[in-house]
Amino acid sequence: MNFYNSVNFPINFNNHQDISESSDIIKHFHTPITTATSVLGIAFNNGVIISADILGSYGSLARFKNFSRILQANKNTLLGVGGDIADFQYLKELIQGKMIGEECLEDDIPLKPASLLCWLTRVMYNRRSKIDPLWNNILVAGIQDGKPYLGFIDKLGTAVEDKLIATGYGAYIAIPLLRDALEKKPDLNKQEAEELMKKCMEILYYRDARSFNKYELAILTTEGTEFKGPIEIKANWSISNDVCGYE
Amino acid sequence: MFRNQYDSDVTVWSPQGRLHQVEYAMEAVKLGSATVGLKNKSHAILVALKRAASELSAYQKKLFPIDDHIGISISGLTADARMLSRYMRTECLNYKFGHDAPLPVNRLLLKLGNKMQVCTQRYDKRPYGVGLLIAGYDGTGPHIYQTCPSANYYDCRAMAIGSRSQSARTYLEKHLDVFPNCTTDELIAHGLRALRDTLPNEVELTVKNVSIGIVGDGTDYKEFEEEETARYLSMIEGEERRGAPPPGSDPVSSDDGPENSPPDPEPTVAMDTE
Repeated sequence: MNFYNSVNFPINFNNHQDISESSDIIKHFHTPITTATSVLGIAFNNGVIISADILGSYGSLARFKNFSRILQANKNTLLGVGGDIADFQYLKELIQGKMIGEECLEDDIPLKPASLLCWLTRVMYNRRSKIDPLWNNILVAGIQDGKPYLGFIDKLGTAVEDKLIATGYGAYIAIPLLRDALEKKPDLNKQEAEELMKKCMEILYYRDARSFNKYELAILTTEGTEFKGPIEIKANWSISNDVCGYE
Repeated sequence: MFRNQYDSDVTVWSPQGRLHQVEYAMEAVKLGSATVGLKNKSHAILVALKRAASELSAYQKKLFPIDDHIGISISGLTADARMLSRYMRTECLNYKFGHDAPLPVNRLLLKLGNKMQVCTQRYDKRPYGVGLLIAGYDGTGPHIYQTCPSANYYDCRAMAIGSRSQSARTYLEKHLDVFPNCTTDELIAHGLRALRDTLPNEVELTVKNVSIGIVGDGTDYKEFEEEETARYLSMIEGEERRGAPPPGSDPVSSDDGPENSPPDPEPTVAMDTE
């Protein structure tokens, strides 16, 4: 096994040999290739709001600039997905198949957000157990028994429920901001939640090198779903002239 | 050997368009002791009459818990009922594992109905020789379902199956309008009265031979202990028992016979029914 076979990034230009010929190691997992960054979610007094930018990055290259990754699973459930885009597209098909299966039963029993979250947990854990994880973070947002519901699953199948969730780089940058806002006013209304979300997305755009200046918002309340976007961030980089020490 | 030319296996049609083997299986349900299921707006209950094989033996179980929200009572071959209840338990467990929620009762019945149907369409299988009453509670309220060996299943407001159960059905039909709005205690009393109507004159309901199961809003499925059963039995104690219906008044009841007719013939069979 030579040095180049162990290099594992987008395209290995130096690897002209079939891996099975050059090595007796079975390749079990892959790393993400085309990726999407943070997803944010907030549960407010009568609904949930989630947000994600519309960029698909190829390494550090901003490759796909109009890639939506917020889904509506059913009437009371939204999904926001970050991580590997190929795996997201597979997951999307899988979830749509599941939803068609539910629909075909024709019994008017809607799949609840917590049930979908549990089901996705099983999918993710099953794949990680094959040492071939689906490299995604999934945010499940919805209305569960009349109350706002927000949950999160990582690529290992670990599930978390909270009032505010941010994945990826957002977990470092946005969570402190969201916590701060919720500490000051625990019971946000729809408008306040939307403003807070927009502020977080803007700050993430300044801080996260894999983020983009266009993003989407989805708001789900008992009255229905509202999709907004793509919303463009009007950035002000004038301060960049004064930054020094990083050249 | 055969009762007729057209019952050699389940897939054989008679010229009248009947499947005799399936019909024989339907008869097995009538050999088991009676059981009653009914519901009000919040709860579903099962009441069953237990038999003892002899004076020295214990009474055979009639009620089986399936999940926190579903219980069944059986009439027919106990062995077949146990296979079906194991299947239902597995399905409930799998759904709970995958969805973190109880399996809706109608979805369980759909799976069960499909499983039972296969046995009526293959020459190397036989139908399940058991009828079930399934009591469940889910997001759409309380449910009573009845299943047959023919793999039909019915969503019922109230139902009774098993030996001499026509008398219980007559009672249930007569009081059908009061069930939705009566209290759970009253509902159980109605269930016991219906069950009592299936008894021969010399037999009484006791804490030993009665099983009561309940499930509903805020109540996980449970079978009552003897003390609690005694409390409900005392509610209907001393009431005058309904007389036998006049012979021939109800053509369907000829299966079971009126109460003063000779008891059901006891067939000599390899397998007991409960």
